[in-house]
Amino acid sequence: MSKILIINISKERLHYYEFVKPIEDILKNVGVEFYTKHYTKFNDKDLKADKIIICGTSLMDNDFIDKIESFKWIEVYKKPILGICGGMQVISLIFNGELGKESEIGLFNENFVKSFLGMKEKKEVYHLHNNYITLPLEFEQFTSSKIPQAIKHKEKEIYGVLFHPEVRNKSLIENFVNL
Amino acid sequence: MKLGVLFSGGKDSTYAAWLAKKEGYEIACLITIQSENKDSFMFHTPSILATSVQARAMGISLIIVKTKGEKENELEDLEEAIITAKKKYKIEGIVTGAVESVYQASRIQKICNKIGIECFNPLWQKDQIELLEDLIKNKFEVVITGVAAFPLDKKWLGRKIDNKFVEDIKKLNSEYKINPAGEGGEFESFVLNCPLFKRRLIVKDWKDYGEKNNWRRELEDVE
Repeated sequence: MSKILIINISKERLHYYEFVKPIEDILKNVGVEFYTKHYTKFNDKDLKADKIIICGTSLMDNDFIDKIESFKWIEVYKKPILGICGGMQVISLIFNGELGKESEIGLFNENFVKSFLGMKEKKEVYHLHNNYITLPLEFEQFTSSKIPQAIKHKEKEIYGVLFHPEVRNKSLIENFVNL
Repeated sequence: MKLGVLFSGGKDSTYAAWLAKKEGYEIACLITIQSENKDSFMFHTPSILATSVQARAMGISLIIVKTKGEKENELEDLEEAIITAKKKYKIEGIVTGAVESVYQASRIQKICNKIGIECFNPLWQKDQIELLEDLIKNKFEVVITGVAAFPLDKKWLGRKIDNKFVEDIKKLNSEYKINPAGEGGEFESFVLNCPLFKRRLIVKDWKDYGEKNNWRRELEDVE
């Protein structure tokens, strides 16, 4: 049976409940097996996971950006990855995107120009970010937004969303789990 | 890290405070917003003065801020209160009991972001029945102090959150879509005892106000 790895990128322990547990709850409801680890504890054995979800973290927490070399495994991992908010920033930085500033907090409409893990046309999403990362060369963007909100690697199954699908778009995560 | 808790005296903010303490954080102060608007979008209103008795039972300082409770004004009052807490108690973050309300959560996120402190919402997106069960499991003694949805009525005031309550709520949830944790405003609650309290509180006097499916219990004397 497939096993999913959920990666916690929060510096503060108390943020587990806000940024990781909601994702665990969605996976529990789907009925899929998973385990959770902090990104600083990732090791080669974790490359055996069948899928990986990298969670987001709080507005003030940019610790993971300073330790971006901890995510080098993304270059060699061959199976599907979903990065959420901070997790998407991690993916884009590993593929040489550049850090930019753009604060969006709350509910926003995003227009999906192509279907993305079940998201189509205009959808309401929950944003919680001060930063974004420019679109890396190997990736394509799925929304008509100025900054990349939903991206996928052109050849690999590596997905990233800048918004938090666990708040208003839980089906996006379910669709990733069922890929 | 020193934290300030946005504290209404109800189950959500008290449980969030307890989770913060359990994870090793110091609760430096509680912040209660007393809204004159009983239908405030941001703040839980019933029995708010009783929060000072709860704060004493926890041995934690309390900041009470009054607001007229007009939509955007109350946010300015909240921001002032957080700035005061940061100065006076050196807090580096705020804890809230927000579960589902994007309206509440995103506004508090914006204020914390502007002031430059962390924001913690440890009940965020939590399954509502799981939350009620966690309260019981962790020995939170909670009573209902307000109802505001059909078919809830005066009989619910003063009810304890226990296993029977959870059973009844599950039924109401499937029949009437009542939000089991009450964050939609269907319920207001008050914590009488929990692992953060040094002693159990006793409600000595109260008054019930309301009609039909809209009732609140003002706790007039708590010790």
